[in-house]
Amino acid sequence: MTRIPVRKTYKLWIGGAFVRSESGRSDLVGEVNLPRASRKDVRDAMAAARRASGPWAARTAYNRGQILYRAAEAVESRRAQLTAVLDGGADADAELDAAIDVLVHYAGWTDKLAPVLGGINPVAAPFLSFTLPEPTGVVGVIAPDEPSLLGLVAEVAPALAAGNAVVAILSETRPHAGLDLAEALGVSDLPGGVINLLSGRRRELALALGGHRDLNAIVDASGDHELGTELDRLAAETIKRASHHPGAVSYEQATDDALERLTAVTELKTAWHPVGA
Amino acid sequence: MSRRLAHVDRVGIEERAAALGARSIKTTAKQQGIRLAVSMLDLTTLEGADTAGKVRQLCAKAVCPAPTMPEIPSVAAICVYSAMVAVARAALAGTGVATASVATGFPAGQVSLEAKLRDTEDAVAAGAEEIDMVISREAFLAGDDARVMREIERIKEACGDAHLKVILETAELGSYEHVRHASMLAMEAGADFIKTSTGKASAGATPGVCLVMLEAIRDHAWRTGRIVGFKAAGGVSTSKAALHRLVLVKETLGDEWLTPERLRIGASSVLNDLLMQYAKTQDGRYGRGEDFSIE
Repeated sequence: MTRIPVRKTYKLWIGGAFVRSESGRSDLVGEVNLPRASRKDVRDAMAAARRASGPWAARTAYNRGQILYRAAEAVESRRAQLTAVLDGGADADAELDAAIDVLVHYAGWTDKLAPVLGGINPVAAPFLSFTLPEPTGVVGVIAPDEPSLLGLVAEVAPALAAGNAVVAILSETRPHAGLDLAEALGVSDLPGGVINLLSGRRRELALALGGHRDLNAIVDASGDHELGTELDRLAAETIKRASHHPGAVSYEQATDDALERLTAVTELKTAWHPVGA
Repeated sequence: MSRRLAHVDRVGIEERAAALGARSIKTTAKQQGIRLAVSMLDLTTLEGADTAGKVRQLCAKAVCPAPTMPEIPSVAAICVYSAMVAVARAALAGTGVATASVATGFPAGQVSLEAKLRDTEDAVAAGAEEIDMVISREAFLAGDDARVMREIERIKEACGDAHLKVILETAELGSYEHVRHASMLAMEAGADFIKTSTGKASAGATPGVCLVMLEAIRDHAWRTGRIVGFKAAGGVSTSKAALHRLVLVKETLGDEWLTPERLRIGASSVLNDLLMQYAKTQDGRYGRGEDFSIE
């Protein structure tokens, strides 16, 4: 008896649930169906991220580190599937190694961020002045096309480690690994909505995300200069932080400037406390 | 005691209520709907932590919900506990926004009739123009319709000129048949408005419950010619939900019910969502919660 093969249908990952695009759109690429998210999906993801961001930021840094480490474990256990999606080969293996190591690296950062960025400031007056890092809130990520998995993880991991919730727009041409990553993270301990992954037309989704006033920062690794300029304009109009850099192609590139990546999605709060003259 | 109830088609009601919620309301129709919904709001604060300062702050917001969008009207009324009526009345003097008070042992209503009457008289004496009473669910569930009606009649007398809204607390009544029956009892006993919920129960103004009550109002009006208003309260926390309730009313009772004299929406958090959605229709950008004051 001949068997009819079951085609893989990927889903968007919004609010901890695997959903089809609200618009019902999808693209058949090769043998798999890829969801094509709409602007409404971006708004739904924004709302889910906003709901999740408070509780995520309120967890202890230690706990966030544990959860990110567990996410690395989940990705490791899905190695076979992910390398296959990345077209197999030695390159795919190396990219997966790097992506997992980047998650572990930033898992280690969660409880070091406060001592590194914050502390007690010496001031020339009888006050206690201290600085605390706080997450920026909800961070939008525009992932690069290449490398599709490592490039995504290198942007998402610092934002999560700093206590932000994330809405990420996957590569338009190579979203497979990102969508597969969602299925790995879906069985990790990451609370629903802390990270949301959308595939579709990058420009359409990125502009909807960049123009949403509830988004607090946008990290653009698309390498698309024209899009970057438009995102800067939207960021200025809606008062959010914007940063641009090329997608990381190695573990070193994703972690050498870790502090820079972390501070791009962290706010510093400084308090002055009168301790008596 | 037992009673015979008219049958209500549960599946039919829920299907119709859901279908009316699927309507797409965009651009200028959405703006109009939002302005209409704001003008029908009973902006409510019913917390143990209510203070005179909080009530005054809420009154200022009720009069002018969005200073940057002057076309947004004032809300219909402020709804507070009877102890805060005097504060609200003073803050709202001359603004056209009414002062409403919950009374009669809100929200459970498990006090004596004397206490309920006294509560009502206090609120009216302090200046309340509208009274939101709760029916005695204890009597209703025991099948004592006569006591339910007698209480409403006595409280209506105690209200004097104040409008009486009768809260059925539908989540505690059991079925749509009972909701319809309680609606009829309240209207027969002299209610000026019937209201779904206290906002303190597990469920509130679900689309199905709203539709059952609206049909009861329609049937009552056909039979007796008496106009009774409707107030949806509890669980209406988004613009979409508010517009859905407006559609239900329009399609069941018609345009003449789309006025604050006959329709109210009791809520607190929905106002900011309405303002946020309205701002979006103007500048095309989806907003953030901190754009609008909490009170």
